[in-house]
Amino acid sequence: MLYELTGVTKRYTQRRKVINALDGIDLRIAEGEFLAIQGSTGSGKTTLLQMLGAVDRPSGGTLLYADRDLAKLGEGDLSELRSHSFGFIFQAFNLIPTLTAQENVETALVPWHVHTDERRRRAAEALDGVGLADRARHIPSELSGGEQQRVAIARALVREPKVIFADEPTGNLDERTRDDIIGLLEQLWRERGQTLIVVTHDTWVASRASRRIWLDAGKVETPPVDDRSIAETVSEPAREPALQV
Amino acid sequence: MFFTYVYRELRRRHRQALLTALGLAVGVALVVAVTAYAGGVSNAQDEVLHSLYGVGTDITVSQQKKMDQAGSQRFGMQPPDQAKQGKKFSRSAVMTSPGQQSISVTKVKQIAALNGVDAVTGSITMTVMNVQGKFAQAQSGSSSSSSGASSAQPSSGSSTQSQTQMSPINVSSLSASGVDLSNLKLGPLSAAQITFGRSLASTDTNAKVALVTKAYAKQNSLSVGDTKKISGTKFEIVGIVVLPSGSTSSDMYISLARSQKLSDNVGKVNQIYVRAVSADTIAAVKKEIKQSMPKATVTTSEDLASQVSGSLASASSLADRLGKWLAIAALIASFAVASLLTVSAVSRRVREFGTLKALGWKGRRIVGQVLGESMVQGIIGAVLGVALGIAGARLIAAFSPDLKATLGSTTQMPQGAPPGAGAAMRALGGAAQTVTVHLTAPVSLELVGTAVALALAGALVAGALGGWRASRLRPADALRRVD
Repeated sequence: MLYELTGVTKRYTQRRKVINALDGIDLRIAEGEFLAIQGSTGSGKTTLLQMLGAVDRPSGGTLLYADRDLAKLGEGDLSELRSHSFGFIFQAFNLIPTLTAQENVETALVPWHVHTDERRRRAAEALDGVGLADRARHIPSELSGGEQQRVAIARALVREPKVIFADEPTGNLDERTRDDIIGLLEQLWRERGQTLIVVTHDTWVASRASRRIWLDAGKVETPPVDDRSIAETVSEPAREPALQV
Repeated sequence: MFFTYVYRELRRRHRQALLTALGLAVGVALVVAVTAYAGGVSNAQDEVLHSLYGVGTDITVSQQKKMDQAGSQRFGMQPPDQAKQGKKFSRSAVMTSPGQQSISVTKVKQIAALNGVDAVTGSITMTVMNVQGKFAQAQSGSSSSSSGASSAQPSSGSSTQSQTQMSPINVSSLSASGVDLSNLKLGPLSAAQITFGRSLASTDTNAKVALVTKAYAKQNSLSVGDTKKISGTKFEIVGIVVLPSGSTSSDMYISLARSQKLSDNVGKVNQIYVRAVSADTIAAVKKEIKQSMPKATVTTSEDLASQVSGSLASASSLADRLGKWLAIAALIASFAVASLLTVSAVSRRVREFGTLKALGWKGRRIVGQVLGESMVQGIIGAVLGVALGIAGARLIAAFSPDLKATLGSTTQMPQGAPPGAGAAMRALGGAAQTVTVHLTAPVSLELVGTAVALALAGALVAGALGGWRASRLRPADALRRVD
């Protein structure tokens, strides 16, 4: 197993109030899996993604990644792990606004201290892989939402990570672009065999995954029998695609 | 990537970057201008003190003569016998500076042996009075007229003697200093510049040679090669000297040995010049001298500076009090503005830095990025600040009026003032000595270096604060959103 989570909890204190974002998560994720994490707002989806991606530490329980307990690793080791094994795709793309598409992809290689020429070559290849070779010298504000997300995907893939985390990757995109992006992610997942973990509200996006889990109040629950009930909880019904699954 | 990122980021928020740099620049410019102004005032003070005191002198030592020792000089203008009546006479008298008592040269050696003393020299300052005229002549009848524009009528002259007629007499005086020729870098001639001829040398100790000031030479139509008689001894003029503007120099300089003989002060001096090893030891040396010579008046250049009044003193006070604090306040304010703007900029980039951390960037790499951006602003601030500061200093120098420094007053003279100033002032009966100097505001390379260092330090502080703020961000912040 790539991940083994046992009784993982995460507590926040907000305005003197303790919030149990994760409340005893037990979960196993196999290598090469395409996992969709679903749930309503405030259910703890993003928090779980942060734990899995080693950007935050659990308050309790055991979180093993490749048999290493992430809760016990130092900040340096976590940085190392993030830079070598994980790739992130964000809902808001999170590109550096002043850097070109090419340079944004290169930022992922900075922790590796690779030679400038090598860094540029790999970034250019990654951009070519997502069909943006001709947009390499454009800054994010000159790109469409879909193009920006493609740049973010190229940035996540350029290091060929073992796991790719996507947090609402299509949340800011229209339906057609959403299909393109998910199609691209699915294609890359199939071609490269990387583990893909996607947090989404979108039932159609979740339906593309090899496995889905449903979070409710920080716990893994049994997914609703009818996906339509999930769709009803989504705040943006316009994005809700026709049920195809 | 580092420089590209720094450049692009600063270009994106160029207004804020420029504001930060300008904030630093204003602080640095004020420091440069105020320091240059203070330096100019200090230079002006030095110029004044050098004029009055002599270059390189840290302490002067003299001893006041007791009131009953003051004595008087009699010229004997009554004819010794009747045959001399109406005949020409010439009298010359040499007086050491009025009110100053002679000090044995052994004291000079004692002072030289004190801790913290670098060099010592003694001198004699004297006034040579020349009286020329005709002896009084017994006469019956009315008095004859007198003539001569430069003649003087003695108070006991014709108007009170009904039976003798006093012919006009010429009175002239000359101030002269006896200089220790073994150390010309200290003492009355330390600030002198030879304009013609040569200076005195150690081989001139017993020679009848002299230097005269340019002003005295011009007034008396003297040049190198001419002779000047003092109390029956002819001195050959070997050089013409000038002393700094405002200097209260003697008219003539001869060897100390010759001056001792002329003033009947063999083995004595009436002024001792002391140079301390360093500025830090002046106070201690002064204390030692006072212990060694309790009756002596020991004056440091600082003592003399404290008695300088006039617009120079006001300018000095302004530079010390207002200027210094203004510069410090402006500097602190500029540091604070730069820090606030940098921290504010970092706070607006939470997502950006969080994303970079999520990508595996280490905290120190992000701190380095923030510091790099801040340092570039610091460099821009330093360049602008130095340019503004130099412009400010130029304006100060161009538009500031000449400063006047007054040493002493009409009612009180500085104690132990050096012979250059003291003798002249005493001769004037305590009249104030005023020197006019033009204020400059010099910007040295050292000052420019300090200004650049200050701007960079400000940028470093701002960058460190911003970096510290950035390093405390959790990568989770990049992923956090309401869900």
